[in-house]
Amino acid sequence: MEPRRHVGLYGLMAEFDNSEQLIRASHEARAKGYRKLDAFTPYPIEEVSEALGHHGSKLPLIVLIGGILGALGGFGLQYWVSVIEYPLNVGGRPLNSWIAFIPVTFETTILLASLSAVLGMLALNGLPKPYHPVFNAERFALASRDRYFLCIETADPGFDRQGTESFVKGLDPGGVYEVEN
Amino acid sequence: MSERPSWSAPAELAGLERRAWLVGGCGLAISVFGAFLNRAQFTQSYLVAWLLWTGIAFGCFAVMALHHLSGGAWGLMVRRVLESATRTIPILALLFVPVLIGLSDVYSWADPEAVAANEYLQQKTGYLNAGFYIARFAGYFLIVGGLAWLIRRRSLRQDETGDPMHSRRMQNLAGPSLGIYVLVATLASVDWIMSADPLWYSSLFGVYFVGGHAVSAFAFIIPVALWLREREPMSRALTDRHFHDYGKLLFAFVMLWGYFALSQLLIIWSGNLAEEVTWYVERTAGGWKTLSLLLALLHFALPFLMLLSRGLKRNARRLATIAILLLAMRWVDLYWQLGPTFHHDGFSLHWLDLTTVVGLGGIWLALFFKFLGQQPLLPIHDPDLEEALAGE
Repeated sequence: MEPRRHVGLYGLMAEFDNSEQLIRASHEARAKGYRKLDAFTPYPIEEVSEALGHHGSKLPLIVLIGGILGALGGFGLQYWVSVIEYPLNVGGRPLNSWIAFIPVTFETTILLASLSAVLGMLALNGLPKPYHPVFNAERFALASRDRYFLCIETADPGFDRQGTESFVKGLDPGGVYEVEN
Repeated sequence: MSERPSWSAPAELAGLERRAWLVGGCGLAISVFGAFLNRAQFTQSYLVAWLLWTGIAFGCFAVMALHHLSGGAWGLMVRRVLESATRTIPILALLFVPVLIGLSDVYSWADPEAVAANEYLQQKTGYLNAGFYIARFAGYFLIVGGLAWLIRRRSLRQDETGDPMHSRRMQNLAGPSLGIYVLVATLASVDWIMSADPLWYSSLFGVYFVGGHAVSAFAFIIPVALWLREREPMSRALTDRHFHDYGKLLFAFVMLWGYFALSQLLIIWSGNLAEEVTWYVERTAGGWKTLSLLLALLHFALPFLMLLSRGLKRNARRLATIAILLLAMRWVDLYWQLGPTFHHDGFSLHWLDLTTVVGLGGIWLALFFKFLGQQPLLPIHDPDLEEALAGE
């Protein structure tokens, strides 16, 4: 295996004073060809996700599948119990009395859909994560207060210690920091 | 947005109004002609049509109150649409006169012969009699129309004076309005629909009626907002984000309607009492069963699945397609509630059912367009407007 070119370095992080600068910087970094990059902001900013080229996540599909499985499972369980395994005549109603099955089916649909939303979210974003290199950057704590950060990772094929640094400085940031692994 | 538009309605609105008067006038003329051929059928068809358009106006009243209570850019963008729709309420009361003329054609409790033949009906005449019915009807319209007028008056006055105090007053009015509206609509649902089958009762019927109003309101707002967005000046104000909100609200109320519809069925089905099940027995026999299935599929299942999609909710044109389908299903729902009561021998659809809904609809829409053009399309001095237009 080829030795890594940037041992000990996770990436370069630029700090911005406002969201407009960050959005512009994200657009420029994308245009420059960087793909392994991430932005950190005190609150969600839709334009940044768009600028970074984040497409819709897979989560809605996971939740939909969870919901469908919940609906089939809930209805199937009641059908199996009331029609196949323990048929019971209740006031002359049909064994497959689907109307009475709906509330439970609804509940199991919601249950599995919401469980798959939470678990799917955790699986996709990799949380909980006790260690992440970006926290090594000293001023990064301000990302949850009033500063906006953009980090270009060394894992990006286009990353080049000098070239990337001069590019990042050209974005007019409030500061550029090395992020150690 | 450096230059400020006046937010006055696009000129095409007058053309729409003219066409609506024409269609409405023709539809009503044909319907009145039909009334001379078959008065009972006319009154029955007319009642269903009237309920559809009244449902939109009442639904818009409830949504207007909801908007003043909760705030939010979605409501500001269509407040004038809601206000214009509620301005039709006094006229809808006048348009009820044909039903009052043929009261015994739709309500057996108003027919002395039917009452004389049925002891149960005699027991109910203390509440179900023409005089008290009309008095209650007047009460409902005075209350809802009056509250709508009070709220709308403040909103228009704020356009002139810019006094933010009016926003608080409207909010204060909106809370009680919403509660009073639900009570009025519950009583009205018993009078207007449930009492057509005077021996049947369901305690969930009122909220089912209210759920239908909310669906009607959003199914109406969305196509109107789309039409406005495709023209100046509202093309500068309405964005995908607002349609996303309308889509979410429509989705919520479709689910609420479905929830009430199923709850009523579930309760009556579980109880299995002879007095209650007749309603569903009639509606699951012959052609009415097809209509019941159609209602479950197109008023609930299909819109539910489509509205799950975020992309669809943000696409105003596709969202409006679903909304128009739901508007059509609102009529089907009302017809499904009343039709089997009028036609015990199986499914029946008369040409008067169509001409009355088109005729009344034309008149109602013409009035709505007329009112919509009479003030700016946005509440220009609302304290929240700047923020809403900035899109945050």
